[in-house]
Amino acid sequence: MLSQKTKDTLLGPLNANNPVVVQILGICSALAVTVQLKPALVMGIAVTIIVAMANVIVSLIRNTIPMRVRIIVQLVVVAALVTLVSEILKAFAYDVAMQLSVYLGLIITNCILMGRLEAFAMTNNAWDSLLDGLGNGLGYAIILVIVAFVRELFGSGQLLGFQIIPQSFYDAGYENCGMMLMPAMALILVGCVIWVHRSINDKEAK
Amino acid sequence: MEHALSLFVRSIFADNMIFAYFLGMCSYLAVSKNVKTSAGLGVAVTFVLIVTLPVNYLLQTLVLEPLHLSYLSFILFIAVIAAIVQLVEMIVEKYSPSLYASLGIFLPLIAVNCAIMGGSLFMQQRIGLPAVDPKAITSLLDAFMYALGSGIGWFLAIVCLAGIREKMEYNDVPKPLQGLGITFITVGLMALAFMCFSGLEI
Repeated sequence: MLSQKTKDTLLGPLNANNPVVVQILGICSALAVTVQLKPALVMGIAVTIIVAMANVIVSLIRNTIPMRVRIIVQLVVVAALVTLVSEILKAFAYDVAMQLSVYLGLIITNCILMGRLEAFAMTNNAWDSLLDGLGNGLGYAIILVIVAFVRELFGSGQLLGFQIIPQSFYDAGYENCGMMLMPAMALILVGCVIWVHRSINDKEAK
Repeated sequence: MEHALSLFVRSIFADNMIFAYFLGMCSYLAVSKNVKTSAGLGVAVTFVLIVTLPVNYLLQTLVLEPLHLSYLSFILFIAVIAAIVQLVEMIVEKYSPSLYASLGIFLPLIAVNCAIMGGSLFMQQRIGLPAVDPKAITSLLDAFMYALGSGIGWFLAIVCLAGIREKMEYNDVPKPLQGLGITFITVGLMALAFMCFSGLEI
């Protein structure tokens, strides 16, 4: 159904060319919103939608943008989309919007967006750009979900707000690892994800 | 004055942009390979912060709030940042070619550095806090001090990491962990060390 090229565009960023652990883009928000799974999921979805839409819009108007002011044009497109998404979130999911706080606005300066717009949308047609945006957004979301899963499970014994680790464990002397909730652990966990990812991919390459 | 000073010290240590909020992480990781260039980027970020934050403060309190246009803040802030970065670049180029030569390549990049946008958005949140809160920003001086402190904190963080990375060149790191993996873990350990400031009451 899909040709090899479209498949690569869509699925490449999920693993081999992941925006977070391989290209090291969009780290700021990836680290900050991963204390719990729910805000991480919402953030992943929001970024996916915004990257895909911004890619399509910029790709449609790419021939009319003067080269010298392209960064400003891209920023305005992205800022308008982020404003839309943040207003929608405030209307329908207020508590999550509050948890994400400034990091929702920081999607504007997320390097994944500017990187994809510059590297892909400016030179490709709308359909490919849509796939590329979806792929990169999902690649970003996967890392967020992995890190948030570990942090919430071990940090507070819950997933999506539901208690996972049973009370009997706590009675037997198990304790939540409070360190997981600290900012430092996010960095160390992403470091470990990179470690695992590289050692698997290097083996495949050999 | 006292409040502004405590805001200044807090934003360097306790509320450090890198270690507490992960702002400006991308350029932080990408440019911290040697001390000299990272110091250049640190100075550039501080410089742009202390120019843009007071401007955004005035914009927020004198224009957006009275007219109930706060939802436009994303677009306005990013436009102000992009315009000021452009202005600063032209002014520095005209009056101090030597500074321009050392900052040169970094200045245009700063427009999309999350430290600047994040600083503006955090400031927007803090304007709404009651005046007794140690984090509140209630005047232009406060905004300036917050910007200066955040910039110095960022500078400190990137220079420290660059120093460690220069030393680490000679270490025997497991192969898949080399490069970015170990850098992440180093930053994590540095963040742990910086956490000792978080209980500081100033």
